[in-house]
Amino acid sequence: MSGFCIKPSTRSADETIFRETVNAGDYWLYELKQGNVLRIVDLEGNQAVDTLFFNAADPHDRYSAVDTLRAQGNVYLTAGSRLLAQSGATLVEIVADTCGRHDTLGGACASESNMIRYALDKRFMHSCRDSFLLALAENNTVLSKRDIGHNVNFFMNVPVTPEGGLSFADGISEPGKYVEMQAAMDVIVLVSNCPQLNNPCNAYNPTPVEMLVWTH
Amino acid sequence: MSTMYQQDLVCYREALRGGMSWSMVIRRGFALRLTAMADNANVALLAFNAQQPLDRYNMPDTLKAQHTFLLTQGHILYSDMGHALLSIIHDSVGWHDTVSGVSTRESVKEKYGAGSYQQLRNEWHRSGQELLLVELGKHGLGRRDLVANVNLFSKVGVDADGNMQFAHNHSKAGDVVDLRADMDVLVVLATTQHPLDPWNRYSPVGVTAEIWECGVAGDDDICRLSRPENARGLDNTAHCFCQQPKAGHAA
Repeated sequence: MSGFCIKPSTRSADETIFRETVNAGDYWLYELKQGNVLRIVDLEGNQAVDTLFFNAADPHDRYSAVDTLRAQGNVYLTAGSRLLAQSGATLVEIVADTCGRHDTLGGACASESNMIRYALDKRFMHSCRDSFLLALAENNTVLSKRDIGHNVNFFMNVPVTPEGGLSFADGISEPGKYVEMQAAMDVIVLVSNCPQLNNPCNAYNPTPVEMLVWTH
Repeated sequence: MSTMYQQDLVCYREALRGGMSWSMVIRRGFALRLTAMADNANVALLAFNAQQPLDRYNMPDTLKAQHTFLLTQGHILYSDMGHALLSIIHDSVGWHDTVSGVSTRESVKEKYGAGSYQQLRNEWHRSGQELLLVELGKHGLGRRDLVANVNLFSKVGVDADGNMQFAHNHSKAGDVVDLRADMDVLVVLATTQHPLDPWNRYSPVGVTAEIWECGVAGDDDICRLSRPENARGLDNTAHCFCQQPKAGHAA
């Protein structure tokens, strides 16, 4: 696998079964049925979309970044990447991608990690983990903080160097770029449209994304 | 103020053979020293705040706070609650893997062949995932708590395209790493071959575990000084221990 693959979609926006814009700082919780296809559109560019996946039939079996990376032998996600649960089962497969590279090492921002990374007085700022926790609290789910594992950051650029460096770089996404994934089983998708203002993961300007779902 | 390792500071020592799981609460101000018994050791390690296991080692928070893909001397293993759990105050290895996870029952069977207990008794083939789940279970924890682990003593590098490459012959017999507990930390580990190690014989390497009294991080601490983030991390962790009774107020 190359870690960078551009593959446009052939699906038409006229045939969707669901379409919604999610503002920066909001969460989005949705259950994909097996075979459904989800497209996330980076409407204004350089927007990180922090995403968790759970096996709907066994929600404590969640997306695992390390099992996914080890199985594909590459640290970046792109078209062809199969996103695995801890059990080894495929949750979703990326079937189209006009951005070409997505992160799963950078995790989600949280009040507490912002305090360490930027300054102790950043505790008050909004974060993806707050959105995840609110989503789990407001919806009828068996999931809680214990189930928040390591997420995917669609459209986010976190290059790793051969020397072992890792940084949050300016995004490689642009307005209108999208990624599409097909559910290999019934999958709960929990998105935080990232509110981070302290680093370039959103180009210091968090913006809306659009969700489109097809039956297949 | 942290001191260097000395034999007379060691309060506990245990030989951990290859292919076993182990756990222990390391108290704040003590360190866990692991010493490889042979070449090509690998120790899968998880860490939790012993008082509140929801406050647990977090790979992404650890990597992004220190702009690193690897862990070595000067780095801190952070929890998802902004706490310094373990600080690497000494390391002879230079690169510990953070992103490869552990072997599974299926991958062990595929690589090394079936190795049942009935057939092999204590030499049976056990996976990193099974070993960690067993050890987590002893503390009321389970698969929901099985987050990305550190693989001590192992190196997985990447090329310019992001392809992961397991480094052969990376660690040697006698290699040592000291992990200082910056709060009371439940350490859960498994001595198990790295999941990307292509060597196809089941031969996990043992380590010696020692717990020694190192003291808490001082102003000149190697991890505190390595990055401004780590000074904030250690200060934020010390805040958890500031509520000491004043002299004369003891019950």
